[in-house]
Amino acid sequence: MALDKPYKDIPGTTIFDADQARKGYYLNQFCMSLMKAENRERFKANERAYLDEWPMTEEQKQAVLARDLNRCIELGGNIYFLAKIGATDGRSFQFMAASMTGMTQEEYAKMMLEGGRSPEGNRYIGEDK
Amino acid sequence: MATITASVYTSHVPAIGAALDLGKTNEPYWQPVFAGYEPSKKWFAENTPDVIFLVYNDHATAFSLDLIPTFAIGTGPEYPPADEGWGARPVPVVQGHPELAAHIAQSVIQDDFDLTIVNRMDVDHGLTVPLSLLCGQPQAWPCRVIPFAVNVVQYPVPSGRRCFNLGRAIRKAVESFDQPLKVQIWGTGGMSHQLQGPRAGLINREWDNAFLDRLIADPEGLASMPHIEYVREAGSEGIELVMWLIARGAMSDRPPHVVHRFYHVPASNTAVGHLILENR
Repeated sequence: MALDKPYKDIPGTTIFDADQARKGYYLNQFCMSLMKAENRERFKANERAYLDEWPMTEEQKQAVLARDLNRCIELGGNIYFLAKIGATDGRSFQFMAASMTGMTQEEYAKMMLEGGRSPEGNRYIGEDK
Repeated sequence: MATITASVYTSHVPAIGAALDLGKTNEPYWQPVFAGYEPSKKWFAENTPDVIFLVYNDHATAFSLDLIPTFAIGTGPEYPPADEGWGARPVPVVQGHPELAAHIAQSVIQDDFDLTIVNRMDVDHGLTVPLSLLCGQPQAWPCRVIPFAVNVVQYPVPSGRRCFNLGRAIRKAVESFDQPLKVQIWGTGGMSHQLQGPRAGLINREWDNAFLDRLIADPEGLASMPHIEYVREAGSEGIELVMWLIARGAMSDRPPHVVHRFYHVPASNTAVGHLILENR
């Protein structure tokens, strides 16, 4: 029986469930390796070579190289793991979050200061905005 | 006998730790956040327990995808602050309480909750940011801490009901420990926030405040809320709030004394919520 996924109707949201975790195992474990300073240095020195040490899919590697976090999540990445890439780049969590919304960092920061993204119109896919 | 004297609930946003560590607490952005914890610091200084049982979640730090315990109790003597990718926070090493932790593990496991026992792990911002918020920046943390990590990263995560009942089992365990220790239980994480995808930045002030109201007055009813409501209403990372129910379940059945309540938006991507409840 397939996993019950009641969360599939929430817009702009990917729940990190067992299917996603299986797909993203090596992508996330690569991210985990960036918690060691020497690995961060090696990754920064030659990203492609470092990625090639991991049995990730080519799509996953391209998504990492492009810092396309939405694509990384689609391919099984989880944000707490992917945050290690941002940390390696010296980016804040807010920078990373903004990068997934189609807003500039300034626009995103302003939205947060004004109380954040409203749940109105953002609860169900296809809900009237 | 050991007793649970109070419970503390707080968000554990990493940027709050960074603001503290980099001396930014008086900047206009951060000042209102830290001002909300001033009464808490004063209260904590006057009511420092012997041990904090600190419920938090590991954010892909000590636990990778190789090992995902649903509930993990730290029974070791000490826990260093983790390097989460930005370098380790300049905060003291956390001193555990192996005897009390082992007693709680035995009691709670025999009460049918299958805990994972951890003797060595690094602790991330989920544990150290709450300590910083209430204790400031001391050379050593003022009391022992038992880390209790809950999986809220990979689904399935434990239900609110399970967490609440686990809290009750922890209360029973603490109260059967034969040393006269004062124990606080802290529940951390939340409140509304979403860190991923096009819906990142979601904040639900109304829902958060209703959660705080119910946590105080109707925790058992609140415990029946399904996961999907947390995610839909409070964002994908709002699910961390189930951890607050562990702390609340460990409190007495009598209505608590509300010492302090605080809510502020934003800290980075997150709504900051904070409560201190004392047992009467």
